[in-house]
Amino acid sequence: MLQKIYDWIDDRIDITPIWRDIADHEVPEHVNPAHHFSAFVYCFGGLTFFVVVIQILSGMFLTMYYVPDIENAWQSVYYLQTEVAHAQIVRGMHHWGASVVVVMLLLHTLRVFFQGAYKKPRELNWMVGVLIFFVILGLGFTGYLLPWDNKAYFATQVGLEIAEQVPFIGEALKTLLAGDATIVGAQTLTRFFAIHVFFLPGALFALLAIHFILIRRQGISGPL
Amino acid sequence: MHKGKGMKFVGDSRITAERTSKVPKDYSEYPGRTEAFWPNFLLKEWLAGAVFLVGFLCLVLAHPSPLEGMADPTDAAYIPLPDWYFLFLYELLKYQFASGNWIILGILVIPGIGFGALFLAPFLDNGPGRRPRHRPIAVGMMLLGLASVIWLTYTSAAPVDWEERAEQNKPIPPGESIVDESHPGFAAYETSCLSCHGGELEGGAGPALVGGNEHTKEEIMDIAVNGIGSMPADQFQGTDEELEQLADFIIETNEAAAE
Repeated sequence: MLQKIYDWIDDRIDITPIWRDIADHEVPEHVNPAHHFSAFVYCFGGLTFFVVVIQILSGMFLTMYYVPDIENAWQSVYYLQTEVAHAQIVRGMHHWGASVVVVMLLLHTLRVFFQGAYKKPRELNWMVGVLIFFVILGLGFTGYLLPWDNKAYFATQVGLEIAEQVPFIGEALKTLLAGDATIVGAQTLTRFFAIHVFFLPGALFALLAIHFILIRRQGISGPL
Repeated sequence: MHKGKGMKFVGDSRITAERTSKVPKDYSEYPGRTEAFWPNFLLKEWLAGAVFLVGFLCLVLAHPSPLEGMADPTDAAYIPLPDWYFLFLYELLKYQFASGNWIILGILVIPGIGFGALFLAPFLDNGPGRRPRHRPIAVGMMLLGLASVIWLTYTSAAPVDWEERAEQNKPIPPGESIVDESHPGFAAYETSCLSCHGGELEGGAGPALVGGNEHTKEEIMDIAVNGIGSMPADQFQGTDEELEQLADFIIETNEAAAE
C-alpha cells in the first residue's frame, strides 16, 4: 500500500532524486561515534538543530496562551505557569532550550573551528553558520522581554540604551526596536514579539536551509 | 567538474551540456568503514537524541523556569542583568576603556573586531593546513577570545547572589492579595506603615506584620504610637479612631492570612 502511494507520487513528481539527496548517502567512519567515540563532537551540530526544533514546537504551544500586551503579557505567562496543564514544562523547555541552544551552538562552532573544517571549499557555509549564531542571539535577546517581568523590562531597557549609543543610526535603531524614542512600553513589546516570532525565525529557517543544502552538496569534511 | 563561467547548457535550459553524475559516491570510494545514513545511522542518531532529550527534560523538571514580578518601570532599586550569554558584553562596558567617552570602543569596535573576525575566519586563516598546530595564530586568537569571554562572564556572574535575587523578585500572585484595600484601616496603614512594612505586610525595612503576630489590638495601637525596638515613636499620626481602625486592619489581615 505504502509502496503504491510512493509510486503514484513518484510517477508524477519524481521524488526519488529528492529522497536520494536527503537520505541516501554514506556516513564516513571518522564522524561515526560507533567506530570512534571521540567522534561525538560531530553530534553538536545535530543536537543544536534538535534543540531548535524543541524551541519551535514549544514556542508554537506557548503562543496559544501568550498575549503580547503590557497588561496581559505577564498575567498570561503567570497563568501558563500556574494553571495550564503541563505548561510549566513547555515553558521550561523553551526557557532552558534558549540557553542549551547557545551552548550547543558554541560547541559546534568550536568543533568546526579547531578542526579547520571551514577551509576551502566550505567558507560560505561557515559564514552562514555565524549568521545563524547571530540570529539565535537575537532570538535570545527579543525573547527575554516577552514575559514582561522586571528582569525582562530592565534588561531590555539597558539593551536599548546600548543600541542608542551607536553613532549616527543609534536613535533610529532604538526607535525601530522600541517603537518610540523614549518609551519602553506597549509598542516595544509588540515589536519584540513580532521580531521574535516572525522576523528572526523566518531568517533562521532560510539560513538553516542554506546550511543544510550546502552540507549535502559539499559533504562532511574529511578526517584530520 | 566544470563550474561558473563558460558552462555550456542544452538550448536555453538549466541542464548542463556535459553530463556529470550527482549520485553520491559508492561505499567503496570512502576510506574506512562507512555506514548507510538511512536507516542505520539515523536510528543511532535518534537514540543519541533520545538520551539527550531525557537529560534536557530532567533539567526542565528540576528547575522550573523563573518568572519575576510584573514589570514595574517605577522600581528604581532594581538592578538589571542581561541573560547569561550577554553578560560578557555587559561586563565589557564596565571597563574604563570601553565606557564613557570610549563607549564606541565597548559597544562597536571590540565586539565588532571579535565577531567580524569570527565571521571572516576562513579568509583570515586561509592556509592549507587544517590541524590546529598548522595554524597557531588562528587557534591562539580563538583561545584568547574564548578565555576573555569566559573570564568576563565569570567576573560578571560571580558577585551576584542568584538565590537572593530570585527570592527578592518573586512574583506576587494576582488576585491572591490578603490585603483588603477597602478596609477603613487601610488608608492609615498606607500613609503610616506601608513604606517600611510593605504593601502586603510582608516586611521591608521593618519586620513582617503577618504570620506569627503575638500582639493584641491594644499593643499594636501602642507600638504604632510609641514604637518598639528600633522602630521610632510617632510613626502613626492621626485620630484615635483611625488608630483603632489601623489595629483592626492589621489583626484582620493576619486572620485572613492564617486561613
